Amino acid sequence: MTKPAKQIHLAAHFPGVNNTTVWSDRRSGSQIDFSSFVHLAKTAERAKFDFLFLAEGLRLREQNGQIYDLDVVGRPDTFTVLAALAAVTDRLGLAGTINSTFNEPYEVARQFASLDHLSGGRAAWNVVTSWDAFTGENFRRGGFLPQEARYERARAFLQTATELFDSWRGGEIVADKQAGVFLADDDAGRFAHADAYFDIQGWFNVPRSPQGRPVIFQAGDSDEGREFAAASADAIFSRHATLEAGQAFYADVKGRLARHGRTRDQLLILPAATFVLGDTEAQARENAHEIRRQQVSGQTAIKLLEQLWNRDLSGYDPDGPLPEIDPDPAENTIARGRASVRMHRDPMATAAQWRARAQAQGLSIRELIIEVTGRQSFIGTPGTVAETINRFVQADASDGFILVPHITPGGLDEFAAEVVPLLQERGVFRTDYEGRTLREHLGLAPLADGSSAARAAS
Amino acid sequence: MLDFVTIEDSLGGPASRGPERPGPADQVRGRLDAVLIAARAAPLTTHIGLVPTAVVTHTEPFHISKAIATLDFVSTGRAGLRVQVSGRPQEAAHFGRRAFPHVRLEDRADPVVQELVAGLFAEAADYIEVVRRLWDSWEDGAEIRDVATGRFVDRAKLHYIDFAGDYFAVKGPSITPRPPQGQPIVSALAHHAAAYQMVARSADVGYVTPRDAGDARSAVAEIRAGQRAAGRAAETVHIFGDLVVFLAGTAAAAADRKARLDELAGRELTSDAAVFTGTPAQLADLLQDWQAGGLSGFRLRPGAISHDLDAITAGLVPELQRRGAFRKAYESGTLRGLLGLARPASRYATA
Repeated sequence: MTKPAKQIHLAAHFPGVNNTTVWSDRRSGSQIDFSSFVHLAKTAERAKFDFLFLAEGLRLREQNGQIYDLDVVGRPDTFTVLAALAAVTDRLGLAGTINSTFNEPYEVARQFASLDHLSGGRAAWNVVTSWDAFTGENFRRGGFLPQEARYERARAFLQTATELFDSWRGGEIVADKQAGVFLADDDAGRFAHADAYFDIQGWFNVPRSPQGRPVIFQAGDSDEGREFAAASADAIFSRHATLEAGQAFYADVKGRLARHGRTRDQLLILPAATFVLGDTEAQARENAHEIRRQQVSGQTAIKLLEQLWNRDLSGYDPDGPLPEIDPDPAENTIARGRASVRMHRDPMATAAQWRARAQAQGLSIRELIIEVTGRQSFIGTPGTVAETINRFVQADASDGFILVPHITPGGLDEFAAEVVPLLQERGVFRTDYEGRTLREHLGLAPLADGSSAARAAS
Repeated sequence: MLDFVTIEDSLGGPASRGPERPGPADQVRGRLDAVLIAARAAPLTTHIGLVPTAVVTHTEPFHISKAIATLDFVSTGRAGLRVQVSGRPQEAAHFGRRAFPHVRLEDRADPVVQELVAGLFAEAADYIEVVRRLWDSWEDGAEIRDVATGRFVDRAKLHYIDFAGDYFAVKGPSITPRPPQGQPIVSALAHHAAAYQMVARSADVGYVTPRDAGDARSAVAEIRAGQRAAGRAAETVHIFGDLVVFLAGTAAAAADRKARLDELAGRELTSDAAVFTGTPAQLADLLQDWQAGGLSGFRLRPGAISHDLDAITAGLVPELQRRGAFRKAYESGTLRGLLGLARPASRYATA
């Protein structure tokens, strides 16, 4: 007996501020104008995608002590864009990345509850943490967290926000004109929370929203991040886009759920993925190579190499060999405001691998960087890309993908027109929305009433 | 064809009866975030200005600056901001970062209240300064997309704002480019000297609550004096009169409507602003009388949205148009344009 095919979940990631986004292409449009967001959102909604995803940054990136100017720079405010998109879309989920370090639970909970109301139940929150004093220089508290405390604060933040969402049970507003009664429960919204990070009490002033609370995403890959997700997230935004790495991650995270009293269908695993299409396999490969060359110019290759080497390498020729000198093992200070730098956990070992590979294949700095960074996840004809995506999902490497186009705002158009119909033909992707809320699109069960859930948990 | 709509907000329970209770169960409770409401309305409107409230006492100037800049992008130049301070202990307890004494802010003679109010408005002034610097922190044309040199931005046109004050320090630059209006409008409601001074020093629009034309005249004089002291005498600062309005075809019918609503509420409506009942023509008379006191506009608060907003647009507006005192078509696509304000250059631009 074969089990029924899993349904694939698809989402659109608005192109970000790293070198994945090709701004030099003549088709590239504004990353700020609202029309760009409308274009991508409407494309995703036409294709029946689950949601649109926005990342966040709170300080412009710097390298060698200067604002980094080779990638797209600048983005609009997450909440404001999502609320405006709620007016021009009907079913598409609206997911925003919001930092738990440089915000307060009362305000963020109000914003997400408001977005959920204004979108009729389509809000999602990607909870991220940060600890750097560099970003903190833009905020009141200025402060930063010891690295080990950031998940602790994130957990406390999410717990507090959840209590605020649950402070309204739902159904309190009766607005009975005859009886002169607006609220059935005078205590609606009452809360009190005290822990090491937040000691707050009072009344939450946004009534329970259509989904009860936003869908919760988590994006970290560390052991702590996985544990945080297994305990409290509805979906993980991961970066494991190869089959084997995806399967290992999937098994690991789904395996953690039972310990938290949760079932495997309560957490979706949605890696970020890039794609390149072509009329033939060869054409697609050629397109992919050309895009990689656009993404990694000679200047960009030197900058990316500096991020590993932790040294100023501006004197090196990107078309020449790798530096003889070793990376600087001290704390990485060359690039600031960039999470990817922290991925280089053992710079010496990585540098040794890169050197060996460059020597073996006779690669220049630029050629090497093209090989070792950001290869596209899916390259092929629409048919093979559809087949590969389906294979990954059915083989439990993921529950779907968050697609990251390399062109703003039209980078999803071809995928929506060519690949989505093939997935629909296979019966593994919806041909129309069945529900109204994002929870429904994701196949997540409705939440219990607020106050009762909060009481049961405590 | 109104200039703009303001959207109230609060980080506390509405209709506070004190520190312990948010309000009786017969009162409306619940309020969505004002910036998000404005953003949700932006794509559905084409000309009207959108001015959400931000409580500056408990929020981050960096976040609000980019939020209003983004509202300006999504509305293509129709964004504004109304700043509001909060000294209520109940709201402070929602954030847990600072505690305010339980005092009545109306007791202005009390030195504790005076110190609290002075601090709140000094912080608000710093907040506006940071928000405005961040809007200017990307010069126009900072995004160059120069394929030849590989540079997306001209970093010489991005500026650290390096603000350091008593309440916060903000480095900058903003993560959001300079908004379409350059500087979206900043507005504040002002009832007393500390707020008048903030309007005079930092705002584009102040809302005042006179009881009559003489009252309006003295509020205007105080703000104008503050402008001169702040070196802003040449800049346009609009002073709008706030009025709660109940409109009907006859004065008696309007008064009856209000009386009936008072009876349902079990008490007479009280407001910081004057309460008007009457016909659209009577309201037009009053507005023109107050306008002679130096006010350049009015922020009308409909007594009941469902009835009085319609009465304003269908009754008052045509009446004012007949008198040649109100626009017959939108003359600009931006809020600054509707208010007769030019688009300013960035303070950091050197050219």
